[in-house]
Amino acid sequence: MISTLPLTQNINAARDPVSFEAYKANHGYEAVRRAIHQMSPADCLKVIQDSGLRGRGGAGFPTGMKWSFVPMTNDSKSVQDSKSVQDSEGHKYLICNADEMEPGTFKDRLLMECDPHQLIEGMILSAWTIQADVAYIFIRHEYHLASKLLQQAIDTCYQKGYLGKDILGSGFNLEIYVHSSAGRYICGEETALISSLEGKRANPRAKPPFPQVSGLWGRPTIVNNVETLCNITHIIRNGAEWYKTLGIGQDHGTKLFGVSGRVNNPGCWELPMGTPIRELIEQHAGGMQDGYKLKGFLPGGASTDFLVEEHLDLAMDYDVIGKAGSRLGTGTMIILDDKTCPVGMTKNLVEFFAQESCGFCTPCRDGLPWSAQVLDDLETGNGIPADLNTLKNQVRFIGAMGNTHCALAPGAMEPLASAMKYFADDFKAHVDSKACPYDQQQSSSKNDSLSTSAGGS
Amino acid sequence: MNHSIENDTAQHKARVISAVLTAPELAEIDHEISHAPYRSAVAIDALKIVQKHHRWVSDESLCGLADYLDMSSAELEGIATFYSLIYRKPVGEKVISLCNSVTCWIKGYAQLEKHISQHLSVGLGETTTDDRYTFLPTPCLGACDRAPVMMVGEETYLDLTEEKINRILETKGGEKE
Repeated sequence: MISTLPLTQNINAARDPVSFEAYKANHGYEAVRRAIHQMSPADCLKVIQDSGLRGRGGAGFPTGMKWSFVPMTNDSKSVQDSKSVQDSEGHKYLICNADEMEPGTFKDRLLMECDPHQLIEGMILSAWTIQADVAYIFIRHEYHLASKLLQQAIDTCYQKGYLGKDILGSGFNLEIYVHSSAGRYICGEETALISSLEGKRANPRAKPPFPQVSGLWGRPTIVNNVETLCNITHIIRNGAEWYKTLGIGQDHGTKLFGVSGRVNNPGCWELPMGTPIRELIEQHAGGMQDGYKLKGFLPGGASTDFLVEEHLDLAMDYDVIGKAGSRLGTGTMIILDDKTCPVGMTKNLVEFFAQESCGFCTPCRDGLPWSAQVLDDLETGNGIPADLNTLKNQVRFIGAMGNTHCALAPGAMEPLASAMKYFADDFKAHVDSKACPYDQQQSSSKNDSLSTSAGGS
Repeated sequence: MNHSIENDTAQHKARVISAVLTAPELAEIDHEISHAPYRSAVAIDALKIVQKHHRWVSDESLCGLADYLDMSSAELEGIATFYSLIYRKPVGEKVISLCNSVTCWIKGYAQLEKHISQHLSVGLGETTTDDRYTFLPTPCLGACDRAPVMMVGEETYLDLTEEKINRILETKGGEKE
């Protein structure tokens, strides 16, 4: 019986890391063996394309299409004899984006800390498909445990012959390195990540050229999120048709969804794509805590637009959430309750993006701190009616795609634009009353919850 | 003539490097260089190695490192100051990184920041007089289901309350829970 929740099938409630032996006992590395002995890179690419997998890092771009732009030499030969066709002219690179820094996102940490071999197997299969011979796991510095477990998993794979030279006698070579980052959210943007891996400041690059053609050190490069690469393992293992049966909406497969904020049971769960938001928040996360009502939520991290109660019955599919005016993003939802100030929350989000701007493009470097300052004025009772127009203009100028190299600044404007739409009364009240109406109630409730030892040891 | 100038420069560089970078540091940096296409490609790894040995990156270390990686000190400084986890000022034995991102903010970041400041008599960006702790804010630590969250050194602490923070900071350097 194949699990219908493949990504977390090996993970127990205590979240103990899965050993190589335990991973292998549950069909681990069978897909690697089969792929490199029986499937050509073109066969593997076809399966990924047919599966309909979309990138789990936030943008939801079709993975098979992304990979199809990688130049392949001697591809017709590989279809015939399914031998490795690694480019003799130079390296191709696969990069796992493990720089999980989108505020409110805590899914890749779970996958790496609990089942590191699932990711390594997905990377070997992905590298085989694009015929990369070097792979990097670009992991944020703070994930010490994940880095350690991944390095141990890699070391084991070298010993067992799944990594290194001539893997399983196929002639296919693959080295994997763990690169621990030195901070900065912008490193999660794929071209900035490449700059950082080259030892430079993490400034995003203009596209084209796209990384598939000219990425790391000018060579063809694929960057994929941790969860995307983990999916590859199961798609190659069980096939595209099986994968399509997992989703219950428009999109295929399963995904890790999470909820944080003032709900009864915050956490992260693997659910079919297309699961209604209401099921996630009310059943899995246990609904709102006593005394709090749901006012709104960010569906997939800090850079997604607020949605509100009327959207609770939407399916968690990329296009469905897109049509509602937001993005599924990372699928980890942040709940805004009725006792938390929406202007204050938006200020926290915009301050984050202002701080994390790489500084290269003027609208982002100068515009975001300006937006943050206006929001601070509103929060501290120094707001004037014209401030609301200023913010609307900034949403228009900074939020437009194409004014900046990357999507950081437009992403920063998503929660601001939507907060001004859904919580317009709150913005107006800050100006009219020359104060934050939430200040009094917020400080009293927070004092209660944090000075008891409710969190345990 | 050219040859001797190059020789002098090389000797001068070698003296500068050996004065500031220790043998273990150089060995670790060389290991990174061994699988990089050119020396300056390991700039960030090398800065992290120096910091691991000294807690921070001094001007002297930075200049020696720039020489060692065949890059200008200005370029390396541009990289060092870009990355928030490269410290260009001395820090204490352990860095307290309190998450100030959205979920932790909702769950009471501001109150915990005030509490730690009062408990240790330091503001954000400052080091305690006994040199044990430097107190810094950090973006999201990826454990939002257990917010509020902080790290002390390499250890992550979840579901923070004021009492819990007192217990963590009273144990020497924040040992494992």
